[in-house]
Amino acid sequence: MTPKIKAVIMEARDMDRALTRIAHEILERNKGIQDLVLIGIKTRGDVLAERLAAKIKAIEGTAVPFGAMDITFYRDDAGTHKPEKAPTPTDLPFDLNKKKVILVDDVLFTGRSARAAIDEIIDFGRPTFIQYAVLVDRGHREFPIHADYVGKNIPSSSKEKVLVHVKENDGKDEVVIAEVEA
Amino acid sequence: MNWRTKDLLTLEELSAEEIVHILDTASSFKEVSTRSVKKVPALRGRTVVLFFHEPSTRTRISFELAAKRLSADILNVQMASSSLVKGETLIDTLKTLESMTIDALVVRHKSSGVPQMLANITKATVINAGDGAHSHPTQGLLDLLTIREYKGKIEGLTVTIVGDITHSRVARSNIRGLNKLGAKVRVCAPPTLLPLGIEKMGVEVFHDLDKALNGTDVVYVLRLQLERQKNNLFPTIREYSLLYGVNNERLKRAKKDAIVMHPGPMNRGVEISSGVADGPQSVIDDQVTNGVAVRMAVLYLLQGEQGEKNV
Repeated sequence: MTPKIKAVIMEARDMDRALTRIAHEILERNKGIQDLVLIGIKTRGDVLAERLAAKIKAIEGTAVPFGAMDITFYRDDAGTHKPEKAPTPTDLPFDLNKKKVILVDDVLFTGRSARAAIDEIIDFGRPTFIQYAVLVDRGHREFPIHADYVGKNIPSSSKEKVLVHVKENDGKDEVVIAEVEA
Repeated sequence: MNWRTKDLLTLEELSAEEIVHILDTASSFKEVSTRSVKKVPALRGRTVVLFFHEPSTRTRISFELAAKRLSADILNVQMASSSLVKGETLIDTLKTLESMTIDALVVRHKSSGVPQMLANITKATVINAGDGAHSHPTQGLLDLLTIREYKGKIEGLTVTIVGDITHSRVARSNIRGLNKLGAKVRVCAPPTLLPLGIEKMGVEVFHDLDKALNGTDVVYVLRLQLERQKNNLFPTIREYSLLYGVNNERLKRAKKDAIVMHPGPMNRGVEISSGVADGPQSVIDDQVTNGVAVRMAVLYLLQGEQGEKNV
């Protein structure tokens, strides 16, 4: 099944503006960067977390630690479904105890990835709280999960795919809607 | 990556791509073992039986830790304390276990082919943890992972395996795995410890250790299996050690950055000197660490079906 691209929803500049706004919102809501850490869900959330960290540094002048998390082994279908690509190691170069964690992902869909990510975070320590930032919220939640920061709400059909492309992995920054061909 | 088989019996049955996929997955699991909570829920609720019919410490413990770190439940069935000593056949024991719904069976047996036989009759995943002189696939995989970590690749390397090749399933699995990933393999032993026709497996045969070590990237020392030496295959242990023991002097023939490996347990002063075993080129401890990661990867990959991600 190759997804066929139907429409480009966000271009590079739109993505950048959305991330800039989210960076400001994170700082406003948390009153600065005290104890803040960013954790991106692989693959793509980690790239977005790194960009948010760079933006926060540009605004506040101080760097925020960021890490990347592979949630493959925590997924609720880990025992029955294996991803095509081999998982990559989780890389959290900081202690999570008493930290304010901003969990970053590209697309919020069913909420299952966030559930898995929260479980993995808790295996690393006891953060003060976890907030959730996503570039795109496409609806169709299956779990009681909501995002604290949203780049763009994109209503979608469950037969469609919403794909975030980042230049580090895909050669180009864009958000597209694709149709899954039967 | 499509997983074709339910079992892991030999490295022969895997493609180079599949081997690399296992190694990549193992690298991820290695990180799990460095956490303070060394556990992921990937195999929660699965039952793994460790079915060991031959003495083993490191392989059994390594599999047990691997299964525990995946949150699986473990059952240890050992020859001495099972109904097998009362005369039950292996197959009946397996059927009994299967009736209690097990998911995976890790088998070690002194006879070659036992894991294959069990795999043919059970729905459970069978993982070969060493059968006779035939195969020890997870050892081969952990060795490949260790070599890849130190050398950055496998292709194009020269690996010299020294010691009792005839009785060694470790040697056979390494030869298969290394050949598949494009390494050149040399074997070195007295003719009595080399099986006839070994060169058909794609290896270069040496009887002189100094020549075999010349310019090699990896020195793989096999254990002299003293318990299997009843046919006077060499005059004395001392003579074996003089001719085929790897010591610091001999090691100088290998490349400067060559690594030294040993599957354990070691006979210090026989096939390997303590100077080499504990020296800067030794990666024996890494092999043990990687063993857990590789076994986690194998257990994880063989359980459950490959499928489209559910998002």
